[in-house]
Parts: sequence; structure tokens; C-alpha cells
Amino acid sequence: MAQIELDGINRIFQLGDSQVHALRDVSLRIEAGEYVAVMGPSGSGKSTLLNLLGLLDRPNAGHYRLEGRDVTTLSADEQAAVRSARIGFVFQSFHLVPRLTAAENVALPLMLAGIPPQERTSRVTQALKDFGLEPRAHHRPEELSGGQRQRVAIARATIMRPALLLADEPTGNLDRATGQEVTALLEDLNAAGMTLIVVTHDPSMGERARRRVLMEDGAIQHDLRRDAAPS
Amino acid sequence: MSPADTLRFATRAALGYPLRTALMVLAMSIGVAAVVMLTALGDGARRYVVDEFSALGANLLIVLPGRTETGGVNPGSFVSSTPRDLTNDDAAALLRLPLVLRVAPLAVGNSEISVGGRLREVMVVGTSADYLDIRGFGVASGQFLPREDFGRASAVAVIGETIRAELFGNQNAIGRMIRLGDHRLRVIGTMGPAGRGLGMNSDELVLVPVATAQAMFNTNALFRIMVETRGREALAPAQRQLEALLKARRDGEFDFTVITQDAVLGTFDRILGALTLGVAGIAAISLAVAGILVMNVMLVAVTQRTGEIGLLKALGASGRAIRLAFLTEAGLLSLAGALAGFALGHAGAWAIRLAFPALPAWPPDWAVAAAVGTALGTGLLFGVMPARRAAALDPVQALMKR
Ligand SMILES: Nc1ncnc2c1ncn2[C@@H]1O[C@H](COP(=O)(O)OP(=O)(O)O)[C@@H](O)[C@H]1O
Ligand SMILES: [Mg+2]
Repeated sequence: MAQIELDGINRIFQLGDSQVHALRDVSLRIEAGEYVAVMGPSGSGKSTLLNLLGLLDRPNAGHYRLEGRDVTTLSADEQAAVRSARIGFVFQSFHLVPRLTAAENVALPLMLAGIPPQERTSRVTQALKDFGLEPRAHHRPEELSGGQRQRVAIARATIMRPALLLADEPTGNLDRATGQEVTALLEDLNAAGMTLIVVTHDPSMGERARRRVLMEDGAIQHDLRRDAAPS
Repeated sequence: MSPADTLRFATRAALGYPLRTALMVLAMSIGVAAVVMLTALGDGARRYVVDEFSALGANLLIVLPGRTETGGVNPGSFVSSTPRDLTNDDAAALLRLPLVLRVAPLAVGNSEISVGGRLREVMVVGTSADYLDIRGFGVASGQFLPREDFGRASAVAVIGETIRAELFGNQNAIGRMIRLGDHRLRVIGTMGPAGRGLGMNSDELVLVPVATAQAMFNTNALFRIMVETRGREALAPAQRQLEALLKARRDGEFDFTVITQDAVLGTFDRILGALTLGVAGIAAISLAVAGILVMNVMLVAVTQRTGEIGLLKALGASGRAIRLAFLTEAGLLSLAGALAGFALGHAGAWAIRLAFPALPAWPPDWAVAAAVGTALGTGLLFGVMPARRAAALDPVQALMKR
């Protein structure tokens, strides 16, 4: 049993009279611990696929089994519980809450999951240390650089120790050097066992992944695997 | 999400948008302050009147000439259009009733008082010895009116404190002669200061025997008769006896009115209570307006924070957690507004008391509780819709919006 099993997924958006077929008959299997880059031209359905994988969206047709369980039929709150425990998101635009400090942003998932404050503090402190953000703990997002912001976002995405980390163009708003740092960070997390699925435009970043899913017009064109990771 | 976390999160969110928060707190506080202040005014007026009448004493019956119909029209009211006067004989007869302790007939009018060239207008009250105890007045010096037949027009007077000071200054007033209209009277006593009620201030009165006043004003009629009964329980039976007696004395006609302090107080209490309630209701409309403002402000907040809501959902927040967070925020803003309005209203009531010292303008507890309660209620009620809207947002759409 693969960690992720998509079967015949279709996602159709209704735009006035016209329909946009964002995903067509997508079937995909991803094993636990894999490192997948989703690539393809703009509008090819990459974000839609990632949102479906993250249970933020529902398909119009098809089945999604996550860790053996059919999650398409779950209620909104059941899906929220799965997101909380099993899935971490990293976004292109960071999505930090502007009025909260770095530490508070990282603590958000713990707070939402109802974890007691003492445990929260120790876990957040550890995470900030792991991501080199200790001196920035009490700064607000506006006082942080782009790279620092994305590191805060990654710390937040992984604080619940999810099995699956989804990143939609995580380096899209960063300069090249900072983007590489962030990529390395994500790869470290993958090396530690987290399944990593990254949507990217950047070919060099795609090259680093062991598996590349190439999308075009809502369908998977190529699913390329490389046997050995680059060292 | 624990309640404490929800509260903290909502507080941070409210403080994160100071202008919006200040605006809403202001609107809410104006509504609450309006209720608190206007009810303070209304209740102050009610208390003022009640205090005024309470000075009368609880065991009192007041007999007025004429019939004030309260129970519809009866044939008698067509027959006798001009009621018979109340007389000193009526008063004397009442004094013989077993349940009656004291009787003070009253004849009232204005006259001029003069002593050695000093002249002023005064209110003259013709009454009897019992008046002092019935009204709870005190004599400062000398003595009060003598206990004598109501028909005797003794040439004596008891003067109020203000009159005494104006006419005699530092000199002793007792035993001095005054001219009251065409009558020369001897001052036998002066009233102690203060003693208020029913719009009469004993400081400014000249009290004379009832028959003297009647002679002065050339009438046999009485303005009213004040009757004190033997204890509070005797009030109702005494009223029945009194009515039967007076009816018998005027050929069975009920052309007089008996009022009790309770009845008068009750009426004023009801009228002014209703007035206060009405005023509070009008002020409460401003609270409803504030409630609508709360709703709009919260809707703006939901729109403003759409991205944040999408993020919270992506991080695993349930719809309930988001609903609660926004509802708590609306509740907090309303609470802050209610507390600010409470303080503002009390300050306003204080200012009213300062401007009109006679008016005990204290907001009644029920009004304060109702205002603060309504503020919280409307805040939460009108917060429900925006909170629901926030919880129902599609996470993908919400995340796309920045
Ligand atoms: N909410 C939506 N409503 C309508 N059309 C949408 C919506 N989301 C995505 N689409 C359309 O679906 C297609 C795929 O979009 P998306 O998955 O965002 O592409 P990508 O991330 O590969 O650029 C596009 O044509 C886009 O316009
Ligand atoms: Mg995209």
C-alpha cells in the first residue's frame, strides 16, 4: 500500500458558462518518504493537484486514499483533523500571520491542535533552534528577510511532525541563493523520512528530486524516476 | 483549540487592528452610555417625585373637595356639578372617628406680611395644632398653634425660618406683632429650618389657625383635610369610616376625594417608571445600531483576514475553532464597548447630578445590567453571521486571496 493513491481524479472548475478541466483522470502513487517534484507550465494544474493532496480541495470524480484510508468522503472537520496531524504546507507567499511573532506563527498548529502551552513552548524553541531562527523568535514577519520568513513557514509546517510535506513553489519569491538554502532545508526534512512533494518552475530544483511528475493541461505527461539521489 | 487560546488569539486579533477596534468600542460605548445616562435621568426624576411625596408620612389620608372620577361615570356626577365645600365641621367630625389620631384642616392662600415697614408676599396656611406632627415639622422657638376648636380665629401666627430672618433679623420674633393682610397677629413661634414636601417649604410659610385664615380669605371652605390614622393597618378601615361619615354628612353624596400616599406614590412611580423604561428602550435602539456596526466591522475583518483564515484551515483548524475565534473577538469588542460605555454613562450621570443637584440621577441597577447585557448580546448575535462566513470560507480560495 502506497502512502498516497490517486485514482481517476478529475477536477473541473465552473467559470460562468465555461468549464475549466484543471485535472483530467489523474492517477498517481507515492510511497512514504519519496521526494517528488511536480513540474509543468503555468495553468497545467499543479497547484490544483497539490491542494487536493493536502485535502484543501475535493475532486469532482475519482478516489484519494491517504495511508490506506479513503479521505475524499470525510467531512470538512475530519479532513481538518487529518491536515492537522499528517500534512504540512509551505506556500510561495509564506502566509505568515503579520501580527504574530515568528515563535507564535510556528506555534499556531500546536495551538490549533490543543497542545498544552508548556509543551508548545519547548517544541517551538527546539524548532526555531533547528531552523536557525532562535535570534528572530520574537520578531514579526515584517522584520524578517524572505528566507527567514520561509524558514519560519517551514518550521510551522513541520512542527506537528507530519508524514507529508507539500510545498507550492516554495522558492518562487526568493532569490537564487536563498532559494537553494530553502530547498536544502526541505531535502533535509525528506532525508529524515518526511514525504516531500514540491511544485516548482525551477528546472534545477526539479533535477534534484528523485521523481519528477510533469504535468500538462491537467494531465500527467511524464512520471520520471531516478534510481539514485545525487550526492 | 483551548478556550484560553481562543481568547488570547481573539484578543491579539482585536489589538492587531487598533482603529477598527477603537471605532467599534466607541459605537458600542455610546449606546451603553446613552442607556445608562437616560435611565439615570428618568429614574432620578422618579426618585425626586417619590421622595417629595414620601415626606408626607405613611399613615396619611388626604381629603379633597370634589370627586375625581376614576371608575367611569355614575349618575351622581351629572346631578351635582359643583361639589359642596369641606368645612371645619367636617374636620371636627373626622377627629371623632375612633381610628383617626390627628386631623389638620388646611386653608391656603397668599397674602402680604409686614412688620415695621418691611413688606413681603407670603403663603399663608391656616391649619391646626396637629399639622406639626402630621407633617413632622419642628418648632425652633416659642410654640406651635394652640390646640383649640377649629372654629376659633385666634390672632396668632407661627412663621417660617426664612420669613423670620427677613423680617426680624437678629431680634427675637416671639411676642412681636405682625400685619398679615388686614389682620394683626402675634407671633407665638418660629419653625425649625427645612421641612419639605408637596412643593411647600416650611421655611417660607406663615401658619395661622384655620379659622383665622378663612376669615382672612373670606371663605368657609377648606383646601383639604389631612387625616392621620392610628397605624398603617388602620389606613384602609379608617378610609371606609371616613368616607361613610362624610357621605352621611352631605346627604349621601360622594362629592369628595380621598387619596393616600400609597396611591399617589404608586401612580407617579408607575408613570415615571414607564417613562424611564421608554427612554431606555429608545436608547437601546442605539445599541441595535451598534450591533449592526459590529456585524459590518466583523465582516470587514473576515474579508481583511481571508488569507489568514485560509492558512488556519490549511494548518488544521476546524470550522468550529474559526467560528469561535471570530465570535470571541466580536464578544470581546462588545465587552470592551460595554465597559467603556458603563464608565462613560456613570460619568454622564455624575455630570447631571453636578448640574442639577436636586435630581438624584443614579442609573438604576437593572438599566446598567440590561445595557451591558444587551451590548454583549447584540455583539455576539451580530458576530455570528461573520463568524459563520469565516468558517465557511473555501480554504483554497481564501489562500489565493492576499
Ligand atoms: N478556483 C478556480 N476557479 C476557476 N478556475 C481555476 C480555479 N483554480 C484554478 N483554476 C484553473 O485551473 C487551471 C489549473 O490551475 P492551477 O492548478 O493553479 O495551475 P498551476 O498551479 O499549474 O499554474 C488553470 O486554468 C486555472 O485557471
Ligand atoms: Mg500554481
